[in-house]
Amino acid sequence: MATDILMPALSPTMEEGKLAKWLKKEGDPVKAGDVLAEIETDKATMEVEAIDEGILAKILVADGTENVAVNTPIAIIAEEGEDVSAAAASGGKGKPNGASDGGAPAPTPDMQAEGMAEKSAATAKTGDDAQKAPASPAVITNKAPDPVMEEFPADSPMKTMTVREALRDAMAEEMRKDDKVLVMGEEVAEYQGAYKITQGLLQEFGARRVVDTPITEHGFAGIGVGAAFMGLKPIVEFMTFNFAMQAIDHIINSAAKTLYMSGGQLGCPIVFRGPNGAAARVGAQHSHDYAAWYSNVPGLKVIAPYTASDAKGLLKAAIRDPNPVIFLENEILYGQSFPVPEIEDFVLPIGKARIHRPGKDVTIVSFSIGMTYALKAAQALAEEGIEAEVIDLRTIRPMDSATVVESVKKTGRCVCVEEGFPQSGVGAEIVARLMVDAFDYLDAPVLRVTGKDVPMPYAANLEKLALPSVAEVVEAVKSVCYK
Amino acid sequence: MGAASEAGKPAAGTDAPQHRPAPNIPQFTKDEDLHAYREMLLIRRFEEKAGQLYGMGLIGGFCHLYIGQEAVVVGMQMAGEDGDQNITGYRDHGHMLACGMDPKGVMAELTGRRGGYSRGKGGSMHMFSREKQFFGGHGIVGAQVALGTGLAFADAYLKNGKVSFTYMGDGAANQGQVYESFNMAALWKLPVVYVIENNRYAMGTSVARASAQTDFSKRGLSFGIPGEQVDGMDVRTVREAAARAINHARSGEGPYILEMQTYRYRGHSMSDPAKYRSKDEVSKMRDEHDPIEMVRKRLLEAHGVPEAELKSVDAKVREIVNESADFATHDPEPDPSELWTDILLEARA
Repeated sequence: MATDILMPALSPTMEEGKLAKWLKKEGDPVKAGDVLAEIETDKATMEVEAIDEGILAKILVADGTENVAVNTPIAIIAEEGEDVSAAAASGGKGKPNGASDGGAPAPTPDMQAEGMAEKSAATAKTGDDAQKAPASPAVITNKAPDPVMEEFPADSPMKTMTVREALRDAMAEEMRKDDKVLVMGEEVAEYQGAYKITQGLLQEFGARRVVDTPITEHGFAGIGVGAAFMGLKPIVEFMTFNFAMQAIDHIINSAAKTLYMSGGQLGCPIVFRGPNGAAARVGAQHSHDYAAWYSNVPGLKVIAPYTASDAKGLLKAAIRDPNPVIFLENEILYGQSFPVPEIEDFVLPIGKARIHRPGKDVTIVSFSIGMTYALKAAQALAEEGIEAEVIDLRTIRPMDSATVVESVKKTGRCVCVEEGFPQSGVGAEIVARLMVDAFDYLDAPVLRVTGKDVPMPYAANLEKLALPSVAEVVEAVKSVCYK
Repeated sequence: MGAASEAGKPAAGTDAPQHRPAPNIPQFTKDEDLHAYREMLLIRRFEEKAGQLYGMGLIGGFCHLYIGQEAVVVGMQMAGEDGDQNITGYRDHGHMLACGMDPKGVMAELTGRRGGYSRGKGGSMHMFSREKQFFGGHGIVGAQVALGTGLAFADAYLKNGKVSFTYMGDGAANQGQVYESFNMAALWKLPVVYVIENNRYAMGTSVARASAQTDFSKRGLSFGIPGEQVDGMDVRTVREAAARAINHARSGEGPYILEMQTYRYRGHSMSDPAKYRSKDEVSKMRDEHDPIEMVRKRLLEAHGVPEAELKSVDAKVREIVNESADFATHDPEPDPSELWTDILLEARA
């Protein structure tokens, strides 16, 4: 019986990739383990191996094809003795493709992408759509930020780029300007970054300034802080902020507190950056959102951008800042594209929220990937006649509550959205501030949509339930609007 | 650190390793001995005064005295050069004085006054001086080792020819980050000298009860870091070993470990009744191996310095210490507005 070979995923967050090259031709016999093709994304490359014997009956996606969605059939394998042309004509039966099971990512549907692509309110709660193929959004290209915030000239030329590229460009530009800026962390140099954020930096700046460390977070965080005490400006990359738990003593006790403890003598110009929060299907120890944790600590600045433009402008600001800055990225956002102004030295102010979408009926406050839920909910609500104003905090500490308060004075209603846990979360802080600064303007209690109060589960349906959903945001907004 | 020790079993004095002076002791000139005498005496008298002020309630919180260990930091400083960095843990007053920091500023920090090195906001465990290349003063045991390795990382990055003196105690030497730091320092050949001040007790726990390998000079062996055990009660052997270690680090050969075998006479902190060791053990060290008495004896007997000259050094030191105490008890507390300063630096436009 003929079998389809499907486009495999290199990682749980991959949505599409390029079919770089076929290594077998139509009509070739194949054995299990034979490399059939090479695929690549901007992050990595991978070989597609056969898992069954047979004949490569038909190639469905040609060499060099870009943007092939995960799980698209790319070829048909016929069984030995089977009529090859008939098999090719009839197509396979959807048997999983040939990604080997030797540690390569399984070609399961990209649940996170699906979650992000969801439109219907109902799907979020049931989780029973987990077995369906993903809705296959290509790289999500977002519209330009709303012009209500004029942070660059409106007629600036714009270039569409991924968050990943924006972060890399921000570091490269600052490294070109200042020899004291360096990057250190696991796999940042020769491997080009575990998530390819430091791609090309070793080639441009050399091993003195792009430093591969051993797997030793506590140690290299301390070394980075010590180097910053001497006036260097290290960018310390954590492969994920979950691993920074091993280094949190240096982040807080050594980096954040020393300026105060030294009576202002010893500053610590350092950036700790890396992916934060949930990616997809990586379990409780790789999914924690630390925004609220770091935002609790005086002496730190905490940034969590959503768009590529904010990622670039704020990372440049973070590198120039004379204080320790926690720069929380998100793995799922890395591959998303946004317009970024192509202007000389584009730097954004730390500590300023941005009105991403103006509206008059209700304020939705979020940051980082939380913005994806907020914006989709706002879109859905607009169709029902509710105009939500969506505020992207961008910086968690110092928090720009003035922008939020001004918006709430106008709308009288507010919903906070974040993937982190509810207790003592970022939303809890916003609620507390609104109680003090906007109490008389509130027409309803402020509600929070957060990650559930459970360690992140692995199972696709449970993970989806643990995260916030667009439906929950819509429901919360309707609730505060008494609709 | 600093909580009162639980009254554990007193270690019998005979269990403790006997102090063995080095066999070939390098000699000091008269001037060198005089310098060492004055520097060590300043630390001793300063710490005695700090203990006194603590007893009077003028110093709060924790106060870890360096009495007995003076030869270590003074000998290290005699081998270093201007611009070399120093960093240590919480038993740090001696290091600051040896780095040339003003005793008034140190004592005023202990009393929490505005003239203190950290304007009263750091306290005993948290003082710094950019000018004197003293980088703290750290209260998390072992944290200073990674930080000190970072100072050396910057030295190598800037190619400035300087060396980081990174001090830790025998207790800190069991922390995991120490070995993470050893690994990277050896891997990248960083100019750092790790000085393990083995005073035999990590708070109230003797080395033998806490360490599988009690020879701390061997702690870098698996990273290829050379190390040696040094008689840390004799300032001459300290300086000689320090010179070797510093030369190794400065010439690009990478890190070096010096285990300074020393002893603290006082408790871990002021509130430590020191029931984990016998009085005999303490008095034996004081009587036979006191770093200051040994130099004093040499000055009088070998160098022929008149007693009157030493007395005048003593008087001068006492005066400096009394002035520091006077300043530290009369200087005002920080202005309340200081509560809100020094949290973040202003970003330059």
